[in-house]
Amino acid sequence: MSNVYYMKTPLSEDDVTKLKAGDIVYLTGTIYTARDAAHKRLVDLIERKEELPFPLEGAVIYFVGPTPPKPGEPIGSAGPTTSYRMDKYSPTLIKHGLKGMIGKGKRNEEVKEACKKYKAVYFGATGGAGALLSKTITESVIIAYEELGPEAIRMLKVENFPVTVINDTYGNDLYEEGRKKYEVKE
Amino acid sequence: MREVLYEDVVNAIKNMIIHTATNLPEDALKALKKAKEEEKSPVAKKVLEQILLNAEIAKTEEKPLCQDTGLAVFFVKVGEDVKVVGGTLKDAINEGTQKGYKEGYLRASTCDCFTRENLKDKIGYNLPAVIHFDLVEGDKIEIEYAAKGGGSENVSRATVLAPAQGKEGVIDFVKKVISDAGPNPCPPIIVGIGIGGTFEKAAISSKHALFREVGTENPDPDMREFEKEILYELNKLGIGAMGMGGTQTVLAVHIEKNPCHIASLPVSVNVQCHSSRHTHIVI
Repeated sequence: MSNVYYMKTPLSEDDVTKLKAGDIVYLTGTIYTARDAAHKRLVDLIERKEELPFPLEGAVIYFVGPTPPKPGEPIGSAGPTTSYRMDKYSPTLIKHGLKGMIGKGKRNEEVKEACKKYKAVYFGATGGAGALLSKTITESVIIAYEELGPEAIRMLKVENFPVTVINDTYGNDLYEEGRKKYEVKE
Repeated sequence: MREVLYEDVVNAIKNMIIHTATNLPEDALKALKKAKEEEKSPVAKKVLEQILLNAEIAKTEEKPLCQDTGLAVFFVKVGEDVKVVGGTLKDAINEGTQKGYKEGYLRASTCDCFTRENLKDKIGYNLPAVIHFDLVEGDKIEIEYAAKGGGSENVSRATVLAPAQGKEGVIDFVKKVISDAGPNPCPPIIVGIGIGGTFEKAAISSKHALFREVGTENPDPDMREFEKEILYELNKLGIGAMGMGGTQTVLAVHIEKNPCHIASLPVSVNVQCHSSRHTHIVI
């Protein structure tokens, strides 16, 4: 059975080890946006042992490339983008303190292993629900790589941002388990 | 010869692009509501509720349904007795696209294939549009438009089967494509299938099949049955809304069939996410 949690960021190891695939979580606090190009830069910084544009310890990264905000709005539509493109970079970030990722779609074995080994979770948000999700974002500030446009790193303040746990710290995968449950074999 | 002003086409395209980004069409809404009613998984049902609520918010707040406002894809039927004055029809469509994406605060998603550099300063805001022209009788310009997102496009596939593989081969191929796609294309999806013609004809047909209103029947009784059979097979996969497991993975299967070479059986599958943003206008 799935549980419902309300959690504040940054996430601790205690927070993430409570969660199981299928649980629903409402996140409140600060999260950071980053897509492909920004991920590459973050990993480059780690390899060069340079400081990152935000503290990675306990951080949650949201894979999103929002639409431009209309005047007076903090952000445009902001639904999750497909996560596999970040698979190459996520394990390094998890190893260095990242505790949560929000996106949509399958992750590879390396990411799932890193979630188990270093205690982190992968959350799914509803793809295409960009208008709905933007309502939970109260503030958005570009903190790095403005030249990347939709791929710039933003600091977002969120209130009860709704996500579902896809990959937990125990190696469970909601995509695989959910599918098995409803698959019809004849 | 009927004359249509270039500026009128630009404005019509611009308005269509802004409207389509924020308004989910009735056919898609109806199919999603039906899916929500019939879904057996509580997790997937919740996702479908969010999708429907998102459509409502997008409409009332005039906010894009999805942050991926796609590449602009057009199927244009041009009457032989109509002429655009003041510029070319192709330029008018591109200019309308540029204005729509810019003025509607939509995301410019076009980039160079390899450098991944956004081209809005060089080519234009979300340009060029992908336009398929067709010449027909009459004095009208019929324009079908879709904002095609990357997530669902990325899982689309084309192949050429051996003729002996027949319908069974088509089913196996489509099942593999949708099974491999899993949660990535934002299910529940609409599956467009182009069969026959040549390699590229099948691909274009599979995209055009996505423009047919969900809920309408294929005029070919044989293909109507085939669509139902494939829909049944795909929904047995258990993928469900956003891949979280469920009974409602595919809202509809649309097939476009063409005659083909005696040696070939081209098949293409083009996937449309649940945010099926499409509009049809006649100028």
